[in-house]
Amino acid sequence: MTDSKYFTTTKKGEIFELKAELNSDKKEKKKEAVKKVIASMTVGKDVSALFPDVVNCMQTDNLELKKLVYLYLMNYAKSQPDMAIMAVNTFVKDCEDPNPLIRALAVRTMGCIRVDKITEYLCEPLRKCLKDEDPYVRKTAAVCVAKLHDINAQLVEDQGFLDTLKDLISDSNPMVVANAVAALSEIAESHPNSNLLDLNPQSINKLLTALNECTEWGQIFILDCLANYTPRDDRESQSICERVTPRLSHANSAVVLSAVKVLMKFMEMLPKDLDYYGTLLKKLAPPLVTLLSAEPELQYVALRNINLIVQKRPEILKHEMKVFFVKYNDPIYVKLEKLDIMIRLASQANIAQVLAELKEYATEVDVDFVRKAVRAIGRCAIKVEQSAERCVSTLLDLIQTKVNYVVQEAIVVIKDIFRKYPNKYESVIATLCENLDSLDEPEARAAMIWIVGEYAERIDNADELLESFLEGFHDESTQVQLQLLTAIVKLFLKKPTETQELVQQVLSLATQDSDNPDLRDRGYIYWRLLSTDPVAAKEVVLAEKPLISEETDLIEPTLLEELICHIGTLASVYHKPPSAFVEGSRGVMHKRLPARTGSGEGTECPDVGNAAGGSAPEAAPSIIPSQGDLLGDLLNLDLAPPTTTGPTPSTSGMQMGGMDLLGGGLESLVGTLGGDIGGSPAMGAGFGAAPAVMPASLNAPVGGGLGDLFDLGGGVGMPMGAYIPPKTVWLPAMKAKGLEISGTFARRAGVIQMELVLTNKAMSVMTDFAIQFNRNSFGLAPAGPLQVLTPLGPNQTIEVSLPLSTVGPVMKMDPLNNLQVAVKNNIDVFYFSCQYPISMLFVEDGKMERQVFLATWKDIPNDNESQFQIQDCHLNSEAASNKLQGSNIFTIAKRTVEGQDMLYMSIKLSNGIWVLAELKVQAGNPNYTVIELPASEIAAQINASEFKQQTDLNINCSEETVN
Amino acid sequence: MIGGLFIYNHKGEVLISRVYRDDIGRNAVDAFRVNVIHARQQVRSPVTNIARTSFFHVKRSNIWLAAVTKQNVNAAMVFEFLYKMCDVMTAYFGKISEENIKNNFVLIYELLDEILDFGYPQNSETGALKTFITQTGIKSQSKEEQSQITSQVTGQIGWRREGIKYRRNELFLDVLESVNLLMSPQGQVLSAHVSGRVVMKSYLSGMPECKFGMNDKIVIDKQGKGGASEEAAAGKSGGGGGKQSIAIDDCTFHQCVRLSKFDAERSISFIPPDGECELMRYRTTKDIILPFRVIPLVREVGRTKLEVKVVIKSNFKPSLLAQKIEVRIPTPLNTSGVQVICMKGKAKYKASENAIVWKIKRMAGMKESQISAEIELLPTNDKKKWARPPISMNFEVPFAPSGLKVRYLKVFEPKLNYSDHDVIKWVRYIGRSGIYETRC
Repeated sequence: MTDSKYFTTTKKGEIFELKAELNSDKKEKKKEAVKKVIASMTVGKDVSALFPDVVNCMQTDNLELKKLVYLYLMNYAKSQPDMAIMAVNTFVKDCEDPNPLIRALAVRTMGCIRVDKITEYLCEPLRKCLKDEDPYVRKTAAVCVAKLHDINAQLVEDQGFLDTLKDLISDSNPMVVANAVAALSEIAESHPNSNLLDLNPQSINKLLTALNECTEWGQIFILDCLANYTPRDDRESQSICERVTPRLSHANSAVVLSAVKVLMKFMEMLPKDLDYYGTLLKKLAPPLVTLLSAEPELQYVALRNINLIVQKRPEILKHEMKVFFVKYNDPIYVKLEKLDIMIRLASQANIAQVLAELKEYATEVDVDFVRKAVRAIGRCAIKVEQSAERCVSTLLDLIQTKVNYVVQEAIVVIKDIFRKYPNKYESVIATLCENLDSLDEPEARAAMIWIVGEYAERIDNADELLESFLEGFHDESTQVQLQLLTAIVKLFLKKPTETQELVQQVLSLATQDSDNPDLRDRGYIYWRLLSTDPVAAKEVVLAEKPLISEETDLIEPTLLEELICHIGTLASVYHKPPSAFVEGSRGVMHKRLPARTGSGEGTECPDVGNAAGGSAPEAAPSIIPSQGDLLGDLLNLDLAPPTTTGPTPSTSGMQMGGMDLLGGGLESLVGTLGGDIGGSPAMGAGFGAAPAVMPASLNAPVGGGLGDLFDLGGGVGMPMGAYIPPKTVWLPAMKAKGLEISGTFARRAGVIQMELVLTNKAMSVMTDFAIQFNRNSFGLAPAGPLQVLTPLGPNQTIEVSLPLSTVGPVMKMDPLNNLQVAVKNNIDVFYFSCQYPISMLFVEDGKMERQVFLATWKDIPNDNESQFQIQDCHLNSEAASNKLQGSNIFTIAKRTVEGQDMLYMSIKLSNGIWVLAELKVQAGNPNYTVIELPASEIAAQINASEFKQQTDLNINCSEETVN
Repeated sequence: MIGGLFIYNHKGEVLISRVYRDDIGRNAVDAFRVNVIHARQQVRSPVTNIARTSFFHVKRSNIWLAAVTKQNVNAAMVFEFLYKMCDVMTAYFGKISEENIKNNFVLIYELLDEILDFGYPQNSETGALKTFITQTGIKSQSKEEQSQITSQVTGQIGWRREGIKYRRNELFLDVLESVNLLMSPQGQVLSAHVSGRVVMKSYLSGMPECKFGMNDKIVIDKQGKGGASEEAAAGKSGGGGGKQSIAIDDCTFHQCVRLSKFDAERSISFIPPDGECELMRYRTTKDIILPFRVIPLVREVGRTKLEVKVVIKSNFKPSLLAQKIEVRIPTPLNTSGVQVICMKGKAKYKASENAIVWKIKRMAGMKESQISAEIELLPTNDKKKWARPPISMNFEVPFAPSGLKVRYLKVFEPKLNYSDHDVIKWVRYIGRSGIYETRC
């Protein structure tokens, strides 16, 4: 008798033929036809059109035919609810059948027909069946309650089925109990707050009794239900454990795992010094190991669970390392899981064996497995200090195999080993460098670059190596780009003389040519650090890095606790809480391990309390957040595993206040903020309090642009720097056929500099640059020709510094500090105007004699006086005075009146005009009052506004330093 | 709980599809086919989550069985159920193949209806199922028979029916062990364990109460001096050393064994199912008799030649004979030719399996044999070294490598008048190779 023929009919008109056969008088023919219908249904054909004909076959004594029709009904009733009613009568009749098998079949099938109208008719038969004399019917009816609840929860509650179900927990038949427990557990899950499964010592006792008698599946339902119970005290907990332990010898792995779950959970409540606690721990290991001789799929489930158990209670399996050794024929998913557990169990005692195994695995075929094995060797080195040396030599052996992915993986882990044991294994760097060319994966490249940067001083050709990476900078992944940037900055800080060009190159690549904001920002930060304060830069970039911790990728403790409560289930396989993959209300309830509660005797035994308290830190090894802290990430740790330590002191206090002091070279970011940047104190304040590091001044006479980055020595220790406004775009490329000019003015060592950035945004090369000024208020004029020696290619940028003299023709402009400029190149002549800061004109010999000052102060007519306030400046008078001196505003005298500091100051402009000022500083009051008296009749108003701007800016700059 | 169960052929065509829960749509069938059966890569996990639906699968020859769910089900239970499903199907119609499944699809649906209700596994003991689910349709049953069936399916002793009668009460015990070994090239045992099974075939009348005893170290130690004479009697069979007792790491039992009694007294008592059942599984790791020792010697002569010499030594009583001995020596993928010389048996290079297979029909204990082979290799540019898979071995020996011995199996049937002495008992020990590997 072969049924396969039913699968083969595919011809057209089939439905019609089937219809005829279904209505045939012959029983055999009917049955054949129904079989064909079921076969079509299985392969996905729509046979719903036959509904009435099939239902007609339902009234039969033939059980087999009946079952087939029921099967059809279950599939199609939903699509034909009205027709389905036709079947109800037969169901109701069948529920009264003398044969218990038929009664059960009817109630089982009715529950599967998910049509609202039918459920109403279901209630009465179900109620009868729940009280049926035959246990087979009762156990089927118990499940049917769960089915009905799924369709119409309200109906089930209204009809009181839940109470009947609860009564079934006390049924005499173990299978009825088991099914009732299963049904109640599922219903309770969708009503998290209901007290459906009212577990109390009595009901628990009943469950434990049924546990010994029911089928393997029933045992699983009961154990899973028990796991939700929280015993009242440790004695109850122990007695439950004692009755559950025998299940560990069950042949069904699911029974074993569910028993393990109950034990793991209730063990939490047992005092650790109890003899029974130790016995229980010992009893858990053998069944877990036995699970590994099950079929591979179950092994996988078991291994995922063991992974959790090992994290929660490492002592259980610490002597069982060998059983986790990988077998050649294990499926890959078993292999990978075993490897994970091997690493977790690795200790000084077994490390030799583990390493030998791992080395063996590293020669296997499966790439993922080999990689993981190599990584595992690195982890062993970090975890077991004594083995580090052996691990490193093993890794070196593996690198010698020249198998590409092995080498790459090895380099990545060696980097971690360096992080853990600095200054110990750097002798291997030479070997690593030999393999530079074969690295094609971002992670490996980044790791190698990190190593080169970190140990630049020991690698003779570090600059060449890094330069070789720089060639294809834009094709690299972000990870590599970031690493390269950091590595080159490190290299520069270590060998500043030879690598200026390289660092300039990488900074401009990162800041100008990249679309990646991370990269750009990091580039700017380094740039500013380097240009502001190389000492701080060194402290920040070359800071001692925190050691990486030995325990990586542990599951976070609260999640681990939850997962322990879900041992055996999907959650434990995915290592995710049920809410992460279950829809609706079912997964929402978070399970937790019970807290340890002492029983009545608990107080007599002092260790109980201690054990509770003491276990917490033990059970919670330091966990690494999956994302490194932001600051660490900024500072070249991006490819290292995240660290446990908090912010390190040397890195947290970034001296951002120095930003405004920057020399040239930073046009875009600062430029967009314009002159406002200095005026807003919030800018500085945002970076928080920090230990004081005096910023280096850039007073030394150097050319503009990047040049000033490199004269680092001279400025250190000098308190001040003159204010230089950020660069602004003076001539946009659109107006000048592709030439874009931005710039600023600076006063360096008594020379006024016009600092220009010329960018060629056109397609053709630009040459023959020249510059000329219109007559202006202070007679500014170029002191020499514009030094653009090389032609400017498309997309090239050049920075030029033009010294200015103040001996040119004078004409009063409006505003006073306006300057009109003409720039010529091979294409055309372009005109633009810009405004220079008056402070640039303050000369170095502007310090007036005290006597002269007094006399002059009195001589100036009151009309010339102007007064204004500087808001929100937190400098004391001393600091303010120092600060201002940097911009050639000199303090002549100081006196203190009623808690107010009065500073008297003088300024001399390049054209010999004097300005005198009085600065009132009130302790605790952030606002300054300035009274200003220009000693000359010339344009008092300019000074008023300019002074305000200048002092403001300067004071703000220095504010960070002092605070 | 389980939301649905699908059976596919190797092409991914659905042979059986049974949906238990509303949350599993028709598209789940296709999702599994597309993402797992037709996946380009090798399957990386037996559990797959596709769009918040979890699929558990096992494969039997080229048939895929997949259970589907959207809930946080007991994963171990689902796999145990799938295995059980396979057992049940095998018990009904033999090998699980596409043809057999198509031929029996009505039966399978009927079984699925019975053993999985709303996704909850129900009684799945074939013995019980066969009483009321038959391929030939239900025979008309008397009322008594019906209630007997239902009480058996749901009852405490769901695995045995009452009223069984045999003229001759007989039972067979097979101690089947598979010995697993992983050895380093230097002969160091990296891991070794025996996983054993005690399979019982019983033809006993009534409801016999049985008690099984073996040389379990814990039991023997407990009995102390009192049990010394009994041990002497038990210690006669077996091929290994004269070990008196063995340390069992762990054991699991058929559901007929009273686990709480074992836990308390370590005694194994039960009422067996009629016919064959696997009474017990156990695992030992201490003092294992390794029946064979493999000594490999691999020498690479230049880039295109490999010399292999393998010696095997049998390590058991000379009076015993090992059978079906097979040594499998892996060869590199670029092998072009092999010359083999062996002292005993037959050896052949099988290119399709990349191995030299050396077969010996029989070999007595404390003997030694040797094979040597020259392997010619094609030159390759492949930088990667050959991974050298381990040399594996298969054999069968007539003793238990763990040293386990059956001490007694007592049968009591209080209602019927036959005594323990009337039962004819047979005990057999078979040790087979599990994964028996030596690295080279």
